[in-house]
Amino acid sequence: MKKFKSILFYTALTISALTFVYPFYWMVMASIAPENEIGNLTLIPTSLTLSSYSQMLDKIPIGGAFINSLIVASSITFGVLVFGSMIGYALSKLMFKGRNLIFYVIIFTMTLPFQITLIPQYIIMVKFGWIDTYWALIVPYLINALSIIMFRQYFKSIPDSLIDAARLDGCNELQIIFRILWPNSMPAIITIGIITFMASWNEVLWPLIVIREESLMTMPQLVTLFAVGGRAESQLGVKLASAVMLALPIVLAYLFFQKYFIQSMASAGIKE
Amino acid sequence: MINKKKILPYLLVSPYLVHFMLFVAFPVGFSIVLTFHKWNIISPMEFTGLNNYIRLFNDKTFIRSISNTLIFLVIHIPLQIIVALFLAEILNQKIKLRGAFRGAFFLPVIVSGVVVTILWQQLYGYDTGLLNRLLTGIGIGKIGWLTDPNIAMASIAVMATWKNVGLYIVLFLVGLQTVPTQYYEAADLEGANHLQKFFRITLPMINPTIFMVVILSTIGGFSLFIEPYIMTGGGPLNSTMSAVLYIYKQGFFYYHMGYAATLGLFFAFIILAVVMIQKKFIEKDH
Repeated sequence: MKKFKSILFYTALTISALTFVYPFYWMVMASIAPENEIGNLTLIPTSLTLSSYSQMLDKIPIGGAFINSLIVASSITFGVLVFGSMIGYALSKLMFKGRNLIFYVIIFTMTLPFQITLIPQYIIMVKFGWIDTYWALIVPYLINALSIIMFRQYFKSIPDSLIDAARLDGCNELQIIFRILWPNSMPAIITIGIITFMASWNEVLWPLIVIREESLMTMPQLVTLFAVGGRAESQLGVKLASAVMLALPIVLAYLFFQKYFIQSMASAGIKE
Repeated sequence: MINKKKILPYLLVSPYLVHFMLFVAFPVGFSIVLTFHKWNIISPMEFTGLNNYIRLFNDKTFIRSISNTLIFLVIHIPLQIIVALFLAEILNQKIKLRGAFRGAFFLPVIVSGVVVTILWQQLYGYDTGLLNRLLTGIGIGKIGWLTDPNIAMASIAVMATWKNVGLYIVLFLVGLQTVPTQYYEAADLEGANHLQKFFRITLPMINPTIFMVVILSTIGGFSLFIEPYIMTGGGPLNSTMSAVLYIYKQGFFYYHMGYAATLGLFFAFIILAVVMIQKKFIEKDH
């Protein structure tokens, strides 16, 4: 009886896990199946073909979009880590007038819905002449309130004596941040790095607004416009192939660093 | 030297201040100015007084987008909590391959919403979609998941649950692990059954996590964009028109910057009001 119960339990659990994995499996299979088989496909197509992929490559510059996404997401992540740690350091370890005020302003901006700033931010981009440039994709995201708060909190747990000792050794403030605090803050850096990179890799609304030039599009934008516009010519396989390309980099990273992804997203969720 | 020490903290926080002025303070102020104007960016701004506000309250699509969001939340929030809590309870037992199961539930969380939407558009397809093939197979027949105006928003809510639930499973797991095991041991001694333990011990202890899910889902509901943009374009009959999609259409399709800003301001107010009301309920409960 007990064994029967446990078999039943694991069967139910496996079925629920498959609910989350099988659609992705189906998507990959459909992208390598002949177009006329996708409508009946459940497990494995009768023959495999890369024709959906080669047609997609003919129609959209997905390689260029991958490079664009990589440049944008890496620059943003780098900026968020550098600026976030500088500001977090000042707010946690230095005494100055207005420190609490700035802290509360940061908390306030975190609760501000983006719907209110969307239109004016677009107008700023127009006035700066940043439409159809990397600047529009990168600069507004270089500073992130949540990452400042997370750095501040983490730095608070590092003893002041470490910083005082470094100062006696002749370190300046930037050296203290990047040579002393960074090596001691790896968990915070990994968490902030992963959530920032993922959020910017997957961002699609803002690119749709500020980029019209195809050669500057990031992957999510290019794939979206490909799926919505007429260029996929209602060919399912081609659409799905572009979706697979978009998912692939993050899924590969996830397979190797699953634990870090889950921990990072969970701790960011809790902080918010 | 002393002077340098005094200036230094301000130098360190100056990037934040610049960013705040440029991308938060100015936009908020300017969006309020915009609500009193008609502007397509190219021709000069035209002062129109309260016209945008009057238009807003008579705009059926605006009202529809709010009721759509409410429909979304009414389905999404309970479904999300029930599924996440159920699976988190299971993963919290001593089970084999726990990491693998958790990893599977989490997979849709890390994948772009664009991918998930393109994929579900096929699953929901009327003629050859997997779901309708399955339903036809067991004799129920086809459902217009995305073509029936009464169902389309619910379909999007189910998809959003599928995409996000992994994150909430993990958050609930963290919450469940904070419940001291002595509580359960004491309940065992008094002969409490599984359900009693769940409702009397587990649920009250993870209340904070539940409220967090409610608030994050509410913000998420008002931020829906790419799902209707790709799947339905807001249709059929505006039944999936979301708040952000409507701002996008007014702003970047018709170039009604003043009206789009008015919409943005109102949606922001609604979000803050709803979240504040939810917070009040939380504080009351404790």
